[in-house]
Amino acid sequence: MAEVAENIQNIIKPENLVYQKSPVLTDKVMHYCPGCSHGVVHKIIAEVIDEMGIQEDTIGVSPVGCSVFAYNYIDIDWHEAAHGRAPAVATGVKRVFPNKFVFSYQGDGDLAAIGTAETMHAVNRGENIVMVFINNAIYGMTGGQMAPTTMVGQVTATTPHGRNVDLNGYPLKITELIAQLPGAAYVTRQSVQTPAAVRKTKKAIRKAFEVQANKKGTAFVEVVATCNSGWKISPVESNEWMEEHMFPFYPLGDLKDGEKEDPEALKMNV
Amino acid sequence: MAKVKGAVVVDVDTCKGCNLCVVACPTQTLALHRNVNGKGYHYSYMENPEACTGCSNCAMVCPDSCITVYRAKIA
Repeated sequence: MAEVAENIQNIIKPENLVYQKSPVLTDKVMHYCPGCSHGVVHKIIAEVIDEMGIQEDTIGVSPVGCSVFAYNYIDIDWHEAAHGRAPAVATGVKRVFPNKFVFSYQGDGDLAAIGTAETMHAVNRGENIVMVFINNAIYGMTGGQMAPTTMVGQVTATTPHGRNVDLNGYPLKITELIAQLPGAAYVTRQSVQTPAAVRKTKKAIRKAFEVQANKKGTAFVEVVATCNSGWKISPVESNEWMEEHMFPFYPLGDLKDGEKEDPEALKMNV
Repeated sequence: MAKVKGAVVVDVDTCKGCNLCVVACPTQTLALHRNVNGKGYHYSYMENPEACTGCSNCAMVCPDSCITVYRAKIA
């Protein structure tokens, strides 16, 4: 036993370090529930900012929702927006500071419900911003009510017998809607439930920031996420539930990869 | 053949015992401790340290970034 402990001590040396907490993350302990996907996405964004060396040049816009305190965890400049208005605020920030990297970080209640208009119009204008959309199919912060993205049949606090399409409508695939808009440059849907998925999502967010650097248009990254507190199951079961029930309806992959439409090509002849 | 050995250090105070690292570990190195930390969570620890290869999968999926990974070649 003593030998094992000694072996471990021999490995734990600075020169053998392969993975540590990103220096862009603050030391504040996150308020998220155990196993919440927000923590993983925060970490990925921090790592991308660190790898691109843009910590001094990045401005985040935090939403209303569980991730409202994102400004406490990632050590960059932040702006807090009114509920759903993060894309509008990000538009203003980007137009005033066109050389800064601007991203909004929003949940499904913020981006796909109260902020649908701002989301659609910001993308339709082809604003050079990154939008990170966390879709966990429920209103997590307020206690697990039905969101527009809630699955058909899913039990929530406001749909105790499961979401009924006749009464509550269909789940909203806002990422598919956004992919139709001419201002969108890069639209993708990812997840963070396995190490491989985390690596893919990191690549997607890195690419989104590069799209912004090249002024190609709006980059939109949806992350299909879990809310184990809202779903009332354990974090591990949440990942399984998400794979089983959400992935068939919200399939992963790139929906658009290019740049915004050329305005010259759309100009009418006069 | 050179063997790769790994070791992880879990920040016990910030670990929330969500169990995601235990599931993500391909070598069953990690487990939740029977003791709890200051917040009352069963924190993650290396139950089977000999098996660790330092692949960083646990740190990748950790929502609270409380895992640091080390890896060394053992001749």
